[in-house]
Amino acid sequence: MTGGTAAIAGFADIAPRRDTGDTTVMGMLSHLAHMTASDAGLTMRDVDGLVVHDTGSAMGAVVLVEMLGLRAGFVDRVSHGGATGAAMVGRAAMAIATGLCHTCLCLTASIQHRPFRGYAIVDSSPTAEFEEPYGGSGPNYGYAMIARRYMHEYGLTDEQRALVAVQQRDNACVNPDAIFFGQPITVGDVLASPMIVEPLHLLEIVMPTGGAAGVLVTTAERAAHLPHAPVPVLGIGEHVSHWSATYAPNLTTSSVKPSADRAFDMAGVGRRDVGLLSIYDCYTITVLISLEDAGFCPKGTAGRFVEEHDLRWNGDLPLNTHGGQLSYGQSGIAGGMSHVTEAVRQLQGRAGERNVAGLERAFVHGNGGVMGEQASLILGTR
Amino acid sequence: MVDRPLPRPSPLTEPFWNAARGHELHVQHCQDCGHYVFYPRYLCPDCGGDRLEWRRVSGRGTVFTYTVARRPTHPAFADRVPYVIAVVELEEGPKLTTNIVGIDPESVSIGLPVQATWEDTGDIVLVNFEPRAR
Ligand SMILES: [Zn+2]
Repeated sequence: MTGGTAAIAGFADIAPRRDTGDTTVMGMLSHLAHMTASDAGLTMRDVDGLVVHDTGSAMGAVVLVEMLGLRAGFVDRVSHGGATGAAMVGRAAMAIATGLCHTCLCLTASIQHRPFRGYAIVDSSPTAEFEEPYGGSGPNYGYAMIARRYMHEYGLTDEQRALVAVQQRDNACVNPDAIFFGQPITVGDVLASPMIVEPLHLLEIVMPTGGAAGVLVTTAERAAHLPHAPVPVLGIGEHVSHWSATYAPNLTTSSVKPSADRAFDMAGVGRRDVGLLSIYDCYTITVLISLEDAGFCPKGTAGRFVEEHDLRWNGDLPLNTHGGQLSYGQSGIAGGMSHVTEAVRQLQGRAGERNVAGLERAFVHGNGGVMGEQASLILGTR
Repeated sequence: MVDRPLPRPSPLTEPFWNAARGHELHVQHCQDCGHYVFYPRYLCPDCGGDRLEWRRVSGRGTVFTYTVARRPTHPAFADRVPYVIAVVELEEGPKLTTNIVGIDPESVSIGLPVQATWEDTGDIVLVNFEPRAR
């Protein structure tokens, strides 16, 4: 990044007061967003980046994206106490310099009550208020509704979904670290496993495990002098659009697309240039929609695609060679990182029996929420 | 026995739940761009405008997608399986999460015409949807 690439074009304040009345932090952030964009002569439609502070909820940033109707190439939450405001501007400048976004709001707000009133301090989450009363708890039902809608729009068989689970299980059977190592399954096994949320069966859903995953990132210069082969980050992309599936801009074409497109554009490579796909797989349907939206097959054809390709470690298009989270195990937040560590392991030639031969580039994709938070990487060997 | 999660209305959302107590479905309407908005917001997510007013809507819609929960999605729903969680698309445009009632879960399909029906849980009245004639 070079200095001077980014500049501040507008600002707004809500003046200090002893009592902020009936508003909430999210309410104040919403109004501040409007005021700040207006000051710069812009509307919310022009905004594609957002940096906020810790709003007291783990999904505060993505819910604010959803509330404002943003489609954001860059979203961050900064928690640096009194340095937060300045740090936000730095983050935004980096995001703009790298092209992740072009117009980024950096927002801070705090409420105050005299005398203290409990209820308005914390925003009630839209999920708690408008979904959980109807049984809308946890991620299963959202992905089930995505699968149902996808099957309605494009046609997809239970057997095609099951194939994803079967091929990844075959990969896990050459990974002694996988939770389901040594336990191959068939399409029949998947379809005979208990129905959880129609149309998803037990073996189409990740099993929670405990574990960890991490990577060290340094300069290419320094990496060249370290023991293992450097794995350059050739391209990155992000896209955040919604928290709940109910409010997704499109239920069957996900924000995987803009995220993956940006990563491939930045890397200057095409889909045929990657030899390994390491794609987030909380459910079978997630993999199928991601394959389409990441550009590996046209919309509506993922079911046929997994029938026509061998997605195992020694197949024509290796996918989730560690077994994926479906068969390796989903260790909470480390589950997504396992797709990164497996790609690095493969690119460094350290994956043993399951190492993909002649591998030069890998596509890594992480998916959060109910397909509303996306991040993509193109990793290489040089 | 685990309690069913129930809404805790905020100053923003109180008009919705007040209307529900009277068995009426009210959602916000943007005076700038004309879109109906659900769930309640501070700004219109379509145009960014800040002139949102509450309006009564028809309560009619269609099933956009759904799932039949064969295992409970929350412990409080253990004695309700199988039950239908759905996204209903209102005639006025917005989508909302709800339960489809008054029909065998096997008979629910995408596109099914539905109308709002009310479930009294005490202080809060929830909005479910049931089949209606086309
Ligand atoms: Zn509007």
